[in-house]
Amino acid sequence: MPRAPDSPFPAIATLGVDGLLVRFGDALSEPANRAALAFCDAVKAQDWPGLAEVSTALVSVLLHLDLRATDHARLRAGLNTLLASRNWFDAPLPRGRRLWAVPAVFGTDLAPQLAEAAALAGVTPAQAVADLTAEPLRVLTIGFAPGQPYLGQLPAGWDIPRQTALTPQVPPGALTVAIRQVVLFSVASPTGWRHVGQTALRLFDPDRTEPFLLRPGDAVLFQPVDRAGLEAARAQGGARERAWR
Amino acid sequence: MALSILKAGPGITVQDQGRPGLRSLGLSRGGAMDPLALAEGAALLGQPETLAALEIAGSLVTLRAERAVRIALTGAPMRALCDGHVLAWNASHAIHAGSTLTISALNGGYGYVHAGGGIDTPPKLGSRAAHLSAGLGRMLKAGDRLPLGPDRGGATGLVLDPAPRFEGGIIRMVTSMQTGLFDPAELKRFQAIAFTRAPRANRMGQPLDGGKVAAAQGLSILSDAVVPGDIQITGDGTAFVLLAECQTTGGYPRIGTVLPCDLPRLVQAPPGAALRFRLVPLDEAVALEQAEAARRAGLRAGLRPLIRDPHAIADLLAYQLISGVTCGDDLQDGPETE
Repeated sequence: MPRAPDSPFPAIATLGVDGLLVRFGDALSEPANRAALAFCDAVKAQDWPGLAEVSTALVSVLLHLDLRATDHARLRAGLNTLLASRNWFDAPLPRGRRLWAVPAVFGTDLAPQLAEAAALAGVTPAQAVADLTAEPLRVLTIGFAPGQPYLGQLPAGWDIPRQTALTPQVPPGALTVAIRQVVLFSVASPTGWRHVGQTALRLFDPDRTEPFLLRPGDAVLFQPVDRAGLEAARAQGGARERAWR
Repeated sequence: MALSILKAGPGITVQDQGRPGLRSLGLSRGGAMDPLALAEGAALLGQPETLAALEIAGSLVTLRAERAVRIALTGAPMRALCDGHVLAWNASHAIHAGSTLTISALNGGYGYVHAGGGIDTPPKLGSRAAHLSAGLGRMLKAGDRLPLGPDRGGATGLVLDPAPRFEGGIIRMVTSMQTGLFDPAELKRFQAIAFTRAPRANRMGQPLDGGKVAAAQGLSILSDAVVPGDIQITGDGTAFVLLAECQTTGGYPRIGTVLPCDLPRLVQAPPGAALRFRLVPLDEAVALEQAEAARRAGLRAGLRPLIRDPHAIADLLAYQLISGVTCGDDLQDGPETE
């Protein structure tokens, strides 16, 4: 596939004894994330024998091998052929991705770090809310905890660091920011990300027909509401699927 | 048919082989901390290793069998009593209806109680395993009742020699994509450190005491896929081995990844036992994994009849000794049956 002459990506590395990791970058970028999502779907469509699991991270695809049925050389050969078949950095986004409208309270005692995060990003709290709600944010990956999305990317001014001291606990549904990304927490958790909004999302519920609300590639449009609006949203499950414009 | 829990310390969970296939949605596989013990229990009872068993994490549990049941005991050696009589570990036993079983840890580690037919709690997302960090399932407590699946029957009174893994020792690893971030001399020194399991471990990971590692300096690593066995070096130089319930992504540099076939040795090392890491080439690691898979598939061939140690039999005179020291129960449906 075409790539910049000085770029080592895409690159294949081993992960453990039975993992092959195809990386499309060593930093987050929109094209590298899109490449990973598209390449993951393409690998699944190959239906290669001996492939136990295929999954994505921010800019990479992990293939978990069943070493009883395949080997590294065979899968690497398949991966190289597939990688060469097109420019994955301009691949289309996955089919069937959904757009979710998600009401959120920004600031107040429900999300106490809005002003602090806005100051770090060099904007007023009102502008911060405008930045976070202007456009749908893509689910770049789901990871760390079940159903927990990393959304992005925010404008360059939002490349703010994580806190060095952790917030002892943010509640489920917390909307947090750092490094041009938003993380929504599926369970109560300590975090270094700043808590700027609060949603009523239940991102993971094993007893629901669809236990995981979001999938990689989906998009989320935050809608600023007051506390009453949040409680109304909670009764609806915290999110509403809406049509793409 | 069920096992009732009369008493449970912390860390008693239902476990099976976990939930592969959900990493893209943020859920790690989870499952038994010592998957080899699942295979050993399945071999002892002559049933599939996909069935669920009870995991005892360095704790104690008292169970009552509502009906007669076949059981097997595997994993970290623990003290097992059935109505006050000692039961051999790494063995299968016929338990009478109404009997009370008490299992208590001797030296930490993960012990397993397997039942004929397996534990038949309702699966969630394709598995019965409690995944504590994901909030799937929970630790068991007194009053819980574990339904059992139909037992196709089979021998009891069998014993196997477990793969040695309860004394610490050499833990083999392969390089990770971040091994190159560590100075070669530091990688060599890492392999000379006699680590021990730090007490603050859980199903997500095992921190190690015994030495610090100079972390790769000044590097901000993009969060990427992590897998069980990955050896992360955290900010203060502590080595931290990811385990079954680890998160799916992480940003700490990883010095290497433990071979899956050596993870049971790591999690089953008793407190204070020395663990030393040794780098092996990938092709050798693949061969070791394949050999271990073949060995596990052949575990049933290594079963032998349980001959009890007379010193361990509290009520020796109650046994019929003419044909040798075996328990009458074991002979009734003994090793000759299939």
